[in-house]
Amino acid sequence: MESTAHRFPENARRALQDDTLQYMLAKSRTGFQLKRAAAAQRLPEFEALRDQGRDLKNHVLEHLDVYLEMFESKVVERGGVVHWCRTAEEARDAILGICRKAGAKTVTKGKSMISEEIAVNDHLEAHGLIPIETDLGEYIIQLRKEPPSHIIAPAFHVSKEQVADAFRAAHTDLPPERSLDEPRELITEARLMLRRRFQEADVGITGANFLVAETGSTIIVTNEGNGDLTQTLPKVHVVIASIDKVVPTLEDVSTLLRLLARSATGQEFSAYTTFSTGPRRPGDLDGPEEFHVVLLDNGRSALLGTEFQDVLRCIRCGACMNHCPVYGAVGGHAYGWVYPGPIGAVIDPALIGIKEAGHLPNASTFCGRCEAVCPMRIPLPKMMRHWREKEFEEKLQPATMRQGLGVWGWFARRPRFYHAAAKMTARMLRRASGSDGKLGSLPLPMLSGWTEHRDLPAPEGRTFQELWAERRGRK
Amino acid sequence: MSDSRSQILAGIAKSLGRATGDAQRAAARERVTGHARNLIPARAQLDPADQIRLFEQMALEVSATVARVASLDAVPDAVAEYLAGHNLPAELRAAPDPTLDTIPWDRRPTLTVSTGRARDADAVSLTGAFAGIAETGTLMLVSGAERPTTLNFLPDTHIVVLKAEQIVGGYEDAWDRLRAQAAAFEGGMPRTVNMVTGPSRTGDIEQTIQLGAHGPRRLHIVLVGE
Repeated sequence: MESTAHRFPENARRALQDDTLQYMLAKSRTGFQLKRAAAAQRLPEFEALRDQGRDLKNHVLEHLDVYLEMFESKVVERGGVVHWCRTAEEARDAILGICRKAGAKTVTKGKSMISEEIAVNDHLEAHGLIPIETDLGEYIIQLRKEPPSHIIAPAFHVSKEQVADAFRAAHTDLPPERSLDEPRELITEARLMLRRRFQEADVGITGANFLVAETGSTIIVTNEGNGDLTQTLPKVHVVIASIDKVVPTLEDVSTLLRLLARSATGQEFSAYTTFSTGPRRPGDLDGPEEFHVVLLDNGRSALLGTEFQDVLRCIRCGACMNHCPVYGAVGGHAYGWVYPGPIGAVIDPALIGIKEAGHLPNASTFCGRCEAVCPMRIPLPKMMRHWREKEFEEKLQPATMRQGLGVWGWFARRPRFYHAAAKMTARMLRRASGSDGKLGSLPLPMLSGWTEHRDLPAPEGRTFQELWAERRGRK
Repeated sequence: MSDSRSQILAGIAKSLGRATGDAQRAAARERVTGHARNLIPARAQLDPADQIRLFEQMALEVSATVARVASLDAVPDAVAEYLAGHNLPAELRAAPDPTLDTIPWDRRPTLTVSTGRARDADAVSLTGAFAGIAETGTLMLVSGAERPTTLNFLPDTHIVVLKAEQIVGGYEDAWDRLRAQAAAFEGGMPRTVNMVTGPSRTGDIEQTIQLGAHGPRRLHIVLVGE
């Protein structure tokens, strides 16, 4: 998808004024948080499992090349094909090639963030194929011609009235006076419409939550069952997965599965966890005749050995965005690229460049909730700070900000001046503040943006250093 | 494409600051063949009677229904009652699974049972299971010539016959049982392993959970034995 991450401030402003979006964010946010907390509480071993999950993924990343080789050899042994792709373009072409060889017209799809990352739908459409999203949320946003706003709940931002409008516009062969007021009615209609599509599809594309090196299996974790129909009914099953998804054994994947659903939706386990190994076997009555795995790098291998390596532990549960105050205020579209929220603030700059996505690691209060709930214990705030450093090193911020940071840096390296300046500023702000102890506006133009939408609580008058010295003197 | 393969693999090794060496291969091979278990939650390590109780409790929590019967002989009555109770047609599409062959369907002559993969019009399917996993009330279903996967997803109602001795504590126990029967599956893994936890559901419309998105609206487990 085309990035608008460089327009984050405008995107965010628009999001704050969007009443439907604000209603949806207010309605749905706390649900995920409460459910995750309850699920984590119910499993006494949850925190210890998080430690093991982190260590397990660290081990995988240190041995990523050999586990990928093992996975590939098992897929091939079972009669499948692995397509190695360095870039989004290579992956798009590999998928188009498979579809063409199969003589495909219609392609059904299970939910896959990698498929959003490589924008495969546009590519297939441009070459005369018809891609059909079958996950209900993805189907809704495909009809609305927009990208997902959340990695596990793509239509997080859409109200049921908007879903009804999209269905009426698309399903023109159904009676126009039908009722679509209730979620039940919407789901029944989607089920009916998509059943036809499942049957006529020539190729089914799914993502993968994990790949198992031991067996050559790909795994999808879903609740609807659409991914299973997508991969069972057509003659060709294509799996798109990034290289960081590989896990050594069935035991290892079991550990990660204990963390995934609980962190994502607060479920003990998702309704369907499906392991696929090669094409259908001789004598099988159903299942695909061909099995392809498209393995995508797209910049991930370059993150190994850097300060961003740990982000490759991510299992895409969405807990970080469910708990992020910034995501909660502006929603997913404001981030402007495939992955929103804290994980997006770290991975988007890695995949599309800090120049394009530099706003995202700045869109954080560093409150630390993302790291506190991340099942893989990824230090997301620390990594956002690394991106801010890179942004500074590459001189990407506006001149006023760089000068401001320069002035602060000069003082910060000279404690005596710093203390004097802090003391003076604290007194000045105290005097400038109203009787309520708040400042409605700041004097310098470069700071006035801060007080445009909120008041600055004025300092009490004395600095922390002064109070500290006094306390120590008293002892 | 093979060029991309070698470039990706070489790129990984280079980023990690090493060559792809025997040491890495040995460590990975040891892990993959060792099947070492990580932490297993206490609730997955109960004694068999408690495992069965936990399985039933967890399955009910995710909106499956459970009927307990003493033996396979009692399955036809239990199934016929369930279908009548839900106003469903007395027609089953069953897996051609020899482990279900001893069910005496002729006890309920009004029940029509055909076998094969699921067809569009089939409203109710009946399959066996490979295992029941107590820790989350999860069924493990494996594909094969006698167990078509479409039966698990296409019909509106899915009835699963699960024997009490098939219930295990945790996921790892089910993998061990599968490995013990590796000879039955080409390469040790069936084409498809479905872990099924309750009927199909979605939260995609305003994050409100609704059952029966694309897969079965109802999941009914007939638990046979103690």
